[in-house]
Amino acid sequence: MSAGIQIILLVFLVACALAVSLTKNLFIAVIVFMGYSSIMAVIWLLLESPDLAITEAAVGAGVDSVLFFLTLKKVHYLKGTREG
Amino acid sequence: MNHLGTNFYEAVSVILFGIGFMNLLLQNNLIKKFIGLNIMDTAVYLFLAAKGYIWGRVAPILTDGIVDASYYVNPIPAGLVLTGIVVSVSVTAFSLALVQRLYMHYGTLNMDEIMKISREEEGE
Amino acid sequence: MGEKKSFWKHLKAWVDGEEVILDADKYIVSRSVKEKKNWGGRYSMENIKGNKKLYGFLSVAISVLFIGIMLSVVNDLPEFGNPSNPANNEVMERYLESGIEETGAINFVAGMILDYRAFDTFGESNVLFLAVMCVVLLLKKDKNNYSEKEEAENWEDDYFDENEKRPILKVGGKLLAPLIILYGIYVILNGHLSPGGGFSGGTIIGAGLILYASAYGQKKMQTFFTFRTFTLICVACLLTYCACKSYSFFTGANHVGYEIPKGIPGNILSSGFILPLNICVGLIVACTMYGFYALFTKGDI
Repeated sequence: MSAGIQIILLVFLVACALAVSLTKNLFIAVIVFMGYSSIMAVIWLLLESPDLAITEAAVGAGVDSVLFFLTLKKVHYLKGTREG
Repeated sequence: MNHLGTNFYEAVSVILFGIGFMNLLLQNNLIKKFIGLNIMDTAVYLFLAAKGYIWGRVAPILTDGIVDASYYVNPIPAGLVLTGIVVSVSVTAFSLALVQRLYMHYGTLNMDEIMKISREEEGE
Repeated sequence: MGEKKSFWKHLKAWVDGEEVILDADKYIVSRSVKEKKNWGGRYSMENIKGNKKLYGFLSVAISVLFIGIMLSVVNDLPEFGNPSNPANNEVMERYLESGIEETGAINFVAGMILDYRAFDTFGESNVLFLAVMCVVLLLKKDKNNYSEKEEAENWEDDYFDENEKRPILKVGGKLLAPLIILYGIYVILNGHLSPGGGFSGGTIIGAGLILYASAYGQKKMQTFFTFRTFTLICVACLLTYCACKSYSFFTGANHVGYEIPKGIPGNILSSGFILPLNICVGLIVACTMYGFYALFTKGDI
């Protein structure tokens, strides 16, 4: 594995974290956090731990963001739903 | 000793931890606070997993029947992080449930407004 | 006897949250008398929290200082990826060299977390169960916190789940959910042979259940997955885990001679207790993930 790809992915990671912090829109924040988790899964694969990659892809990008979206729906944030 | 150039994984994980901590302190919105907490979690996992990696070795799964410790990377941090990831998702779910209850009671997600309303209620 | 009865009454009242503090008057007086210490005048905590700019500046300063200190520490850490680092010590050599004959698992990580450190994983499964119980405590709807408006909304949801045409979601759910669940089962059953295991496979099965529930509604899910099934599966899996590990703790650790046969490494039926333990953990995680979803949407599993 080449160091160049890893450094690019890590820069993406920091950029995603900063974007989550700076955006005002909660919906965008949760979607960017999903992307953060997916990049993290690729990094686990590059660090030679495939167990972690599968778990992180299923948990971080799947279940975690579903829970965040359901909470956003419950707190009347998403427009177009009944609560919105 | 000057290893900042080679230790880029650790450096990035420290920076991510700082960003998550800043998120936790500065954001007023509770959901943003919990996203910051998750970022702190993943930063710690990244640090741990980077400690176990060794250049040029393969994942700790038996390949070609080679039983030799100098052929695989360190499996211990992977095991530790695996338990950590699943605990972090349960903590996230629990805190989001608390957020929903707070919203039901106070009608807002802003930390300052919740503190203000609760202070007024207590003062009465 | 009378004292015991009153103790039980006390305990029951305490569990129900109705315990009356005996010295209530004294307690209230002492609480109201307690004066707020105004140490440092205008530099008190209230002032700092009230002053938005000062608070923001201090938080950023503390975080940046933390990052700076930690970066200087990282600068002095041993080099990344070096085989002679102190983290790569004799424990790792032991796990890698005698792991296969001692646990029988090809995936060293599975052998580690489900054999050498199985009690750690047991505690973690308990953490998951406790988390979902806390969410039940917070969000489950019963007759005390259930308004008519919510009942009407629930009825509306069920009606739309049954009658609305959502072809993409419904056809996609019907085609994809079995495949996702099948893949999850594959990941669980091959936990000791390939990457994966109980945690990842359980999460994948949970994601498949969530997809099906969001496409067809929870009324259809409740035909085969109720709260009773959920508690039964979770408790049975935790007890099975506990029994398996107790057995190997009492026999294997003392070398009495009743060890589980390890089989040939590489076969699916090998490596002792790792396969049943993986199945237990996977079922607990799948139920937990679906339980979170169901409680977050409707307040009932």
